[in-house]
Amino acid sequence: MELILSHYNYWIVIFLMMAGFYTVISRGNLVKKIVGLNIFQVSVFLLYISIGNVEGGTAPIVIEGAEKYSNPLPHVLILTAIVVGIATTALALALVVRIREAYGTIEEEEIHEQDQSL
Amino acid sequence: MSHNLILRIISKFLIPLIILFAFYVQFHGDFGPGGGFQAGVIFSVAFILYTLVFGLDSAEKIITPVVLRILASLGVVIYAGTGVASLLLGANYLDYDVLGKTPVAGQHVGILVIELGVGITVASVMILIFYSFAGRDRD
Amino acid sequence: MIDQHVSLLLVVIPLLAAPFVAVLPGRHLAWLATQIITAICFALAIYQLLQVLQGGIISYELGGWAPPWGIEYRIDAANALLAVIIAGIAAITAPYSLASVQREIPQHQHSLFYASFLLCITGLLGISLTGDIFNLFVFLEISSLSSYALISMGKQRQALTAAYQYLIMGTIGATFFLIGVGLLYAQTGTLNMADLAARLPEVIQLRTVHTAFGFILVGVALKLALFPLHLWLPNAYTFAPSVVTIFLAATATKVAVYVMLRLNLTIFSSDFVLKTPANEIFLTLGIIGIIVASATAIIQKDAKRLLAYSSVAQIGYMIIGLGFASIAGLTATLVHIFNHAIMKAALFMAIGAIFYRIGSSRLDDLTGLGRQMPWTFGALIIGGLSLIGVPGTAGFISKWYLVIAALEQDNWLATIAILGGSLLAVIYVWKLVEVLYFKVATSERQDVREAPLLLLVPTWVIALSNIYFGFDTTWTVGVAQTAIKMLGMS
Repeated sequence: MELILSHYNYWIVIFLMMAGFYTVISRGNLVKKIVGLNIFQVSVFLLYISIGNVEGGTAPIVIEGAEKYSNPLPHVLILTAIVVGIATTALALALVVRIREAYGTIEEEEIHEQDQSL
Repeated sequence: MSHNLILRIISKFLIPLIILFAFYVQFHGDFGPGGGFQAGVIFSVAFILYTLVFGLDSAEKIITPVVLRILASLGVVIYAGTGVASLLLGANYLDYDVLGKTPVAGQHVGILVIELGVGITVASVMILIFYSFAGRDRD
Repeated sequence: MIDQHVSLLLVVIPLLAAPFVAVLPGRHLAWLATQIITAICFALAIYQLLQVLQGGIISYELGGWAPPWGIEYRIDAANALLAVIIAGIAAITAPYSLASVQREIPQHQHSLFYASFLLCITGLLGISLTGDIFNLFVFLEISSLSSYALISMGKQRQALTAAYQYLIMGTIGATFFLIGVGLLYAQTGTLNMADLAARLPEVIQLRTVHTAFGFILVGVALKLALFPLHLWLPNAYTFAPSVVTIFLAATATKVAVYVMLRLNLTIFSSDFVLKTPANEIFLTLGIIGIIVASATAIIQKDAKRLLAYSSVAQIGYMIIGLGFASIAGLTATLVHIFNHAIMKAALFMAIGAIFYRIGSSRLDDLTGLGRQMPWTFGALIIGGLSLIGVPGTAGFISKWYLVIAALEQDNWLATIAILGGSLLAVIYVWKLVEVLYFKVATSERQDVREAPLLLLVPTWVIALSNIYFGFDTTWTVGVAQTAIKMLGMS
């Protein structure tokens, strides 16, 4: 019990990671795969941000009366990773739009069947 | 869309505020939380809201995809160009110290210009992405 | 001034050129800009390699922030050699692309194509030069995102699904890498590779570090298409535009192999890696990969796909060299990175030239074309011989060192796999030759002419380099040995 409570951030991260990963693998719908991929990525963002937190620390802006600051570096890294994530998602969705125009479907199995029948 | 009077008036009221807030986030990023990424996204929200209410055609009259493409490139050029500027002034790439009279002033100038480049690119790319998804079934 | 900034300019020049190219009107201007930029990069990369060979490791601090706080570019002989490969292949693909891209890509997409191409070069060069592990992730994503876009520009609609599949796999790989980096950062508080190497020994027994190593290993293995994580590769190479296939086949997976090398040798010490099953995994997967992928290549019905499976097999060779963790093995890996880049570039260029003429790379459509396109066919033969590892070609050199490394450790299984892989390569290269030369062309393809000079000249330059580097090994084996020394292997 102690183990679960004191590391609750890791449990959340692991849960989201597995949920996202499972969605990517198990779903045949291309958009749902992207949703899964996003959840998977966000779990990693949370991992970074939670390890950057310093107990009792405040936002890393120099003000009077504050002595402890949270580590800002993971936040900056994740800002970059979020931008990368947005670019990936936009590109993936654009591909899905064009796949839908070319095949008339976004279900993986139906696309596969169409390619096989050629 | 022409009948949604409430939507149109409210968004006309909101859009300037959103843009103003975007500028605040952009230029206050030097002293507090903020910066180019966030400001660019907020700025693009104003345009996306406009497009949602008034339609893609009227939005493209204000700012065309071609202009957006040039702006998106311009932002990257500003960013990379700042680095080249510091190279030409004899320091390492993206070393802001040499951009002002004192290193501290230089850091201020450098980060403002860099964030401006980031803001321009992020805003125009966001609007471009929205345009191209929204306009997909038109052509 | 250039002296001291050369490593940085290698990354910044293509980055700065990309937005300009994206808005350039007209297809020739965009191509011309790309050609000039890649040529400059190639010259700079060679200059950088000479600098490193003479003056030792170059360290460049971005923004004037001293490492480990700031981002550092750290160049030793290994990444200088890799930069030469990337910039060289880019510079030789650029003239090829003028005709090929015009044929395969709609005109309004040309400037965007060249912009993405330049961004891909930026990303790959960035990966090879940076000394910061998070910066490496960012460059990895820059190169990956642009290659997804490039692949999706292929003519057939399968290009879209291939790009999508690659995107999903690539992003999972990159995210795994990111998890590993996060865990390392949590444990050591640093992202600089040299600093990580200095601090890791204190915490090396912790399970977090082992987990991080595992995550990063799987992430990079996905990117380098290590068997059995290679499923994205054949489709991506088959349906991408010819130019993209040439460039990616010759550079992208090689860069990932380099990342693996850097990871095993610089960041995690070899003592640590020896305690983990990593080397056994490399050897096992490498051996299975060579045999299975070569065998799969034999039964393919499409020339590009056949070569793609052969690429997966060749990656097996590189990974085996890494798994030996000996000087000979690592030399073989580095040399094979170089040699495989030039042989696969020659082969894909020849197939691309045929594709230019007939718009297909299916073996059924290629029958008899070798007689009608003798020069293209000749380049393909040289590339094929190099792939098999015939003495006098570049491929022989790397396989020679690999066999030496295997015999050194009395690893008979690996030796058999290496030689068996070559035999299988004989079969699939012969299959190409048989279709192209010994079968009769169908009646509607009787009037197919030789490929234009614009395609032939780059193809032959790279084909002849296969022979040149089969004799003169100072620039491959010599540099690789210096690189291994610089990496601190003894």
